[in-house]
Amino acid sequence: MEEDQELERKISGLKTSMAEGERKTALEMVQAAGTDRHCVTFVLHEEDHTLGNSLRYMIMKNPEVEFCGYTTTHPSESKINLRIQTRGALPAVEPFQRGLNELMNVCQHVLDKFEASIKNYKEQKASRNESTF
Amino acid sequence: MAATQAVEEMRSRVVLGEFGVRNVHTTDFPGNYSGYDDAWDQERFEKVPTMAVEKVLVYNNTSIVQDEILAHRLGLIPIHADPRLFEYRNQGDEEGTEIDTLQFRLQVRCTRNPHAAKDSSDPNELYMNHKVYTRHMTWIPLGNQADLFPEGTIRPVHDDILIAQLRPGQEIDLLMHCVKGIGKDHAKFSPVATASYRLLPDITLLEPVEGEAAEELSRCFSPGVVEVQEVQGKKVARVANPRLDTFSREIFRNEKLKKAVRLARVRDHYIFSVESTGVLPPDVLVSEAIKVLMGKCRRFLDELDAVQMD
Repeated sequence: MEEDQELERKISGLKTSMAEGERKTALEMVQAAGTDRHCVTFVLHEEDHTLGNSLRYMIMKNPEVEFCGYTTTHPSESKINLRIQTRGALPAVEPFQRGLNELMNVCQHVLDKFEASIKNYKEQKASRNESTF
Repeated sequence: MAATQAVEEMRSRVVLGEFGVRNVHTTDFPGNYSGYDDAWDQERFEKVPTMAVEKVLVYNNTSIVQDEILAHRLGLIPIHADPRLFEYRNQGDEEGTEIDTLQFRLQVRCTRNPHAAKDSSDPNELYMNHKVYTRHMTWIPLGNQADLFPEGTIRPVHDDILIAQLRPGQEIDLLMHCVKGIGKDHAKFSPVATASYRLLPDITLLEPVEGEAAEELSRCFSPGVVEVQEVQGKKVARVANPRLDTFSREIFRNEKLKKAVRLARVRDHYIFSVESTGVLPPDVLVSEAIKVLMGKCRRFLDELDAVQMD
């Protein structure tokens, strides 16, 4: 995606260290030199298509986003590059955050509906005096 | 069907379908789109943890089955223990503690049956304990596990899984340690047997089909999809339950009838089939899997917040 020589690697990641000294950088942001904050590539570690595709889908629904795509760098490496380009001057971090929030909302909504439905079903079954599974 | 609805307006009408005999569970999720359904099938269930045998300490194995093969088989046995009550074992920790390890003992010796008939050739009569099943595994509580888990709750899911076969004089004596893990690490930790999804079939009759053709039509689909009803003395075909169809496309091999039917799928109605290995019931699995996806989002949101604070 970007030429390495032109990159001004702005690695801002939170290094969370576990008790045994394990270092896990979960999120990095890479910006090409010369552009402002509306084109950013996020490197998400320990992630794959599960989050990548869902997130890309949610971010694309945002009309401010001009481009959003993700790729797994190599199947042996467990990380994805997610690139967001926005129209105008909106910083790319914003649709990223919004996408994450909306994905969480969708999951919560489905979870609630699902659990309510399960409860209904079990009550119906119990009232029909059949043996539960 | 273009998707222009906002998240809040989604009519996620979750309707529960039939429950099969062996924990095969079907759920409908209308109103969803393929963007995140791919995330919701096998991949997500890889991240829901279970307990499985990780280390096998072999004291004595004089059976035909080699140590490593036996250990491999033992690892694949589903263990009935709620993984949410356990922690992951810390890396590099050799000794397990009661919060992250389960112990099982397997001790079987095969002997000759002294009361067998002289000329019998049936192994069931001749030998005692010649088949090693999972019911021979006994749970050894560690620490305070005996208080936390009542007798009989921690066991292999099925007690009739054949582990090995023995002959007189052979013995298996080993100790197993179970830890918590996820399917991504090794398939033995996967909580599902198969998890798949499909779109709701949509079958419409473009023209009325009557008489013998109606009978033929009903045979071209899976049983129950097309019903033949008697209307005013004539047999008329009606689409009764398109959901049952498996889309064999048999109808297209029939020259007369293929123009009478339109086969389609409802774009935004997904039917998930989740078959559990028995550790957790399928509805719990789906809930846990959704929570895993939410956990991932939350993790990145927290990271973003922390980064922006700097």
